[in-house]
Amino acid sequence: MATPLESPITFTNVGKAKWWQSGFFASQTGYVLLALVVLFVVMNFASPYFFTEGNMQNVAKNFSFIAIATLGVTFIIITGGIDLSVGSMMCFSAMITSMVMTGLSTPGMPGASWFVHLAGDGKTVVANLPGLILLISVLAGLGVAVIVGLVNGFCIAVLGLSPFVTTLGMLSIVRGLCYVVSNGRGSFPGGPDADYFYALTSGNVLGMPAPFIYLVILAAAMAVVLHHTGFGRHVFALGGNEKAAELTGIPVVRVKIEVYVIGALAAGLQGIIICGWLGSAPANMATSYELNVIAAAVIGGANLAGGVGGPLGAIVGCVLLEVIRNGLVLAQVNSYWQQTLVGVIIILAVLVDRIRSRMA
Amino acid sequence: MISPHVTGQPVLQLTGIGKEFGAIRALHDVGMQIFPGEVVGLMGDNGAGKSTLVKIIAGNFRPSQGEIRFAGNAVHFGRPIDARAVGIEVVYQDLALADNLTAAANVFLGRELKRKFGPFALLDHKAMAARALELFGELRSETRPDDLVKQMSGGQRQAVAIARTRLSNAKLVMMDEPTAAISVRQVEQVLSLIHRLKEQGVAVMLISHRMPDVFAVCDRVVVMRRGEKRADKAIGDTSPEEVTSLITGAKEAA
Repeated sequence: MATPLESPITFTNVGKAKWWQSGFFASQTGYVLLALVVLFVVMNFASPYFFTEGNMQNVAKNFSFIAIATLGVTFIIITGGIDLSVGSMMCFSAMITSMVMTGLSTPGMPGASWFVHLAGDGKTVVANLPGLILLISVLAGLGVAVIVGLVNGFCIAVLGLSPFVTTLGMLSIVRGLCYVVSNGRGSFPGGPDADYFYALTSGNVLGMPAPFIYLVILAAAMAVVLHHTGFGRHVFALGGNEKAAELTGIPVVRVKIEVYVIGALAAGLQGIIICGWLGSAPANMATSYELNVIAAAVIGGANLAGGVGGPLGAIVGCVLLEVIRNGLVLAQVNSYWQQTLVGVIIILAVLVDRIRSRMA
Repeated sequence: MISPHVTGQPVLQLTGIGKEFGAIRALHDVGMQIFPGEVVGLMGDNGAGKSTLVKIIAGNFRPSQGEIRFAGNAVHFGRPIDARAVGIEVVYQDLALADNLTAAANVFLGRELKRKFGPFALLDHKAMAARALELFGELRSETRPDDLVKQMSGGQRQAVAIARTRLSNAKLVMMDEPTAAISVRQVEQVLSLIHRLKEQGVAVMLISHRMPDVFAVCDRVVVMRRGEKRADKAIGDTSPEEVTSLITGAKEAA
């Protein structure tokens, strides 16, 4: 019988890659992190104010304002999808949260009697159970995010529409709804629980901005989910080879819907936090933030073709954008240059990665 | 050499399989058997019905007529996952691998091993890498479980795809054109992987256009033409010339 090979096969030409040529050090996230460190050093010499505690807190707070949404979008980008509706989603969740909070805190509004009563003076509104209104209003804001995410996911995974077009449509639909429900005026979080709300969204915890704490917790959770759960593995598989994912029995439709729900939820939470910082939810809030969010994800190393990305990259991208913005202000450069520079950096980050993979 | 395993019960037995797509008769009265440890080459020109037959066995299509018996029992597959459940695996031409994942991750794709941490089930990376290494060892392929598939040679990628079928202890592995788009050296590696499967008593159906590969590795060759089985011969009783004329129709049947 013509047996081609009876001996074991050996691959003498396959070696082990050097540590700096593989893994994190060879990733775009690694390069951008390096660039970020360099930028920090440069800023330290360029401005004495850069490393002051106040400015660092400012930076931490400002980048946290888009970083949570960026984490969510990164999930979607890893599967090879995109979500353009995050900016509108931020506004809508913020608006629903503040409207529900104000509504339930206004005696005479439907359902409000379950949550508040008037104090003896006939004017002061007192919560029946402090914190309950806050909880319900935040859940309402996140609830609409889940619905929008489900609709996005259903259109993309079940109906097979393109993610770009679906979420472009959703960008407009949700922004329109923001104007409809507020009649174009925006809304303000109010009532007895408003103080808790502000404390939890724009306050400090252990000397650090609260949003920054949320970001760190969510990023850690995301790292575990992506690399140590079946769901995370399937998210990467979907972005690497969708057909393979399907053939190996991965529930592709379910995973896709789940990532769009996660993306919308992250955007909704982000919007609620921004609302606490602004003290209101104007109907034009977070307009075009989707571009910053996607730019941050891409700068941090998420690949729009799918299969690559992670929480560290998302955060690094957001920090880089914020440090540049902050640096330009401190360096007294006209702040209108920021947008131009951000565009240059997006292209540079992707270009460096391309050059590196050509050389490897 | 006819495999010594060819005794007893066939792992797969098809009787009178037919398939119509509307007015088009894709398959007519196809019957065949495969025994454990046997490698059968399925040959035929484009449109001869090979793919339809494979898809019926793999559960993608239901046959219009006929009966499929697997390990002696009549089976009816509604979806591919039903076929996989009884032990039929397909290695697809493009291998269905996710380039951005490691070899071990690909072997276990959709069947990840997990460990419970309280309410959470986390991936058991260690166990998966160890089992993948074992499978690559059985296939005598030097494939490292932790390497990314995108850095691998064609032969190693084949090993990953085949290791996936070993994971489930498949009794029948169907390979769709595994040697169509790879180098000569890698073809040898793939053929030796088929031998490894055979040694372990797995029945292999090799769908291929490449005559030398079929004659190098198969015990038997089945030739399809116009939706019918035209020949089913032991490799020793036929020749590439005869198979070619059966495929093209120069010879009607043998």
